[in-house]
Amino acid sequence: MTSELVIQNLHVTVNDGEKEVLKGVNLTIRQDEIHALMGPNGSGKSTLAYAIMGHPHYTVTEGDILLDGESVLEMEPNERARKGLFLAFQYPVAVPGVSMANFLRTAVSNVRGYTDQQPTSEDGRPGVIGSNLMPMRDFRRELLDKMDEYHVDRDFAKRYLNEGFSGGEKKRVEILQMAMLQPKIAIMDETDSGLDIDALRVVSDGVNKLAGTGLGILLITHYQRILEYVKPDYVHVFYNGRIVRSGGAEVAHELEARGYQSVREEFGEPELVTA
Amino acid sequence: MATTSDREALAGVKDEYRYGFSMPEEYVFKSRKGLDHEIVDQISDLKNEPDWMREFRHRSLDIFLSKPMPTWGADLSEIQFDDIYYYLKPTEKAGTTWDDMPDSMRNTFERLGIPEAERNFLAGVGAQYESEVVYHSLQEQWTKLGVIFLDTDSGLREHEDIFREYFGTIIPPSDNKFAALNSAVWSGGSFVYVPAGVTVNIPLQAYFRINAQNMGQFERTLIIVEEGANVHYVEGCTAPIYASDSLHSAVVEIIVKKNGRCRYSTIQNWSSNVYNLVTKRATAAEGATMEWVDANLGSKVTMKYPAVYMMGPRAHGEILSIAFAGEGQTLDAGGKVVHGAPDTSSKIISKSISKNGGRASYRGLLKVAKGATGSKSTVVCDALLLDDRSRSDTYPYIEIDEQDVQVGHEASVSKVNEEQIFYLMSRGLDEEAAATMIVSGFIEPMVKELPMEYAVEMNRLIQLQMEGSIG
Ligand SMILES: Nc1ncnc2c1ncn2[C@@H]1O[C@H](COP(=O)(O)OP(=O)(O)OP(=O)(O)O)[C@@H](O)[C@H]1O
Ligand SMILES: [Mg+2]
Repeated sequence: MTSELVIQNLHVTVNDGEKEVLKGVNLTIRQDEIHALMGPNGSGKSTLAYAIMGHPHYTVTEGDILLDGESVLEMEPNERARKGLFLAFQYPVAVPGVSMANFLRTAVSNVRGYTDQQPTSEDGRPGVIGSNLMPMRDFRRELLDKMDEYHVDRDFAKRYLNEGFSGGEKKRVEILQMAMLQPKIAIMDETDSGLDIDALRVVSDGVNKLAGTGLGILLITHYQRILEYVKPDYVHVFYNGRIVRSGGAEVAHELEARGYQSVREEFGEPELVTA
Repeated sequence: MATTSDREALAGVKDEYRYGFSMPEEYVFKSRKGLDHEIVDQISDLKNEPDWMREFRHRSLDIFLSKPMPTWGADLSEIQFDDIYYYLKPTEKAGTTWDDMPDSMRNTFERLGIPEAERNFLAGVGAQYESEVVYHSLQEQWTKLGVIFLDTDSGLREHEDIFREYFGTIIPPSDNKFAALNSAVWSGGSFVYVPAGVTVNIPLQAYFRINAQNMGQFERTLIIVEEGANVHYVEGCTAPIYASDSLHSAVVEIIVKKNGRCRYSTIQNWSSNVYNLVTKRATAAEGATMEWVDANLGSKVTMKYPAVYMMGPRAHGEILSIAFAGEGQTLDAGGKVVHGAPDTSSKIISKSISKNGGRASYRGLLKVAKGATGSKSTVVCDALLLDDRSRSDTYPYIEIDEQDVQVGHEASVSKVNEEQIFYLMSRGLDEEAAATMIVSGFIEPMVKELPMEYAVEMNRLIQLQMEGSIG
């Protein structure tokens, strides 16, 4: 069965309902599809990403988000992750003192269901804490393979999660995490920003590789540049809290040539709505 | 995902953990409750001690009785000194086996992954073949090097000369009320002597003293590190320590001579009825290094400020302390560094975590004496609060009588960051696992200073402590 993420008439407010940022988003992403989402600063792209992943500051006031027909709105972010959603953050968060390896082993063990079993000892009593994680050797092998594949230096396994990583390193590590967690649908929020040309290629290769293995992608970007490497099936223009235009690659070219001016002319300046 | 019934089952288990465990006890001798000169005489008689020690105990008792209760720090007014047994002599023969152990305790050991030798020791299961063999072979190695590692009572019996030269010199009975109490009724603890130039490359672990008495209420530890010698002593472990008596008051004295080096690591996890009032102090001579790594969990009240007195030029002192205060607990911890000679350096790093209304405070003293020119000190204390009900305070006392010094002090209080929680949850961790991971990361700078196996256990212990913290 192909997975699909269906976003229906999604309205989202922030700041305890003070401000409506998403004003009726409709979008369907299936496995193996790449959707590019482009739109001006502040139009609500990250808000959409956060809402899909379940950030507690973003409240869905109307509409629904369905993964394979099931609403995710009542699910905690970790449950959504386990169902196969992944968000590559625009600004990945540092967690000092927590090594990448330790973090990823815990994450993978949760997403792949190892932690569904409580640790148990041989004689049936509660077992050693952490003994229900993915076996260390299997995990290490897989991590090191993936690090090589996605051109992340092996030293990063010991480094603290995102701490002191350069902008580009953070983005690569988001892709590495995505490769380890093997989601069905991934939202990549400006994963291409701040990358040098080599890193852009690594990230694009990664996206292409994963897209061919049953991953559906929503690629939020400001730049035509990444679309030279990653060929989207659909391009959407996001403006003032909704998708205002959808089409193929030509939409991106048009935007690149003319900027958001024509969109502005057609849809007007965004008003600051106070709900 | 844990099913609801899993969670309930675990929640039940956890409640039992909180009270630690108690073993059926057999005593050869148990003093009556309360404390007076007669009890002190009984203790001295039973131990067959030299007169000087008996006199020392009596003198200490007078000091204890005459000193008022400290009025600063945590509230100690509920301690009932008359309601405590000051001396218990455990049976020689081991009366229990692993199978007699209460389930909750076995479960905790299991979950923390405590090695069997250590479990047996903790359970008072007594002479276990394996650990005896380990202990004896280590003992042989040490003896060849001239290293002495005994329980303190045997130390006094077998090495009275060295013992007498140093005992009570770093922390005299008059130091504080609880040091006086310990001096009057002390029993157990470790006696360590490392001769000049000897490096002991395996940490000396208290639990290897398997023949000795279990961790006592009034332990007394004395460590002497001769010139150029090097030792790491490890006290305690991650398992919860059940104490039938609610007062634990230990004294640890350490002498590090010229160019010597000593590290003393502690992990203690007391049951929540215990007042844990400990005096720990070391002197570091010229070029010597003294490091305290001190992790404190549990207890009702803990007051503990390991100290380093840097008495010779270029001595270095370091104190890393972790305190984790849960519901109804006050952990008042920190450190003292005294710069008494030129070009000495020190570092205090304190990390405290408070949850469910717990209160963890940092209390520290930095003193630079006149003449300690070129001294440097950094103090960093970070507090992490897991909820709005919990509390953290910082009391840094600084006394500097010299101009030419460099002193840095940083303090921070933070709450568990929501964006970190969300990030981790988006990777599949539930809220509790996410918070636990953040707490582990917060204390990582200290945990990585512990010997590997303790570091691993320490992280498990943090997970155990964090259970049921959220929601
Ligand atoms: N937590 C929040 N609190 C208050 N306002 C918010 C919050 N999150 C988003 N907003 C507001 O909602 C609007 C949309 O922000 P969002 O981050 O979704 O934009 P974006 O399209 O991702 O922009 P960019 O291209 O700059 O990343 C902005 O006006 C922003 O200030
Ligand atoms: Mg954005």
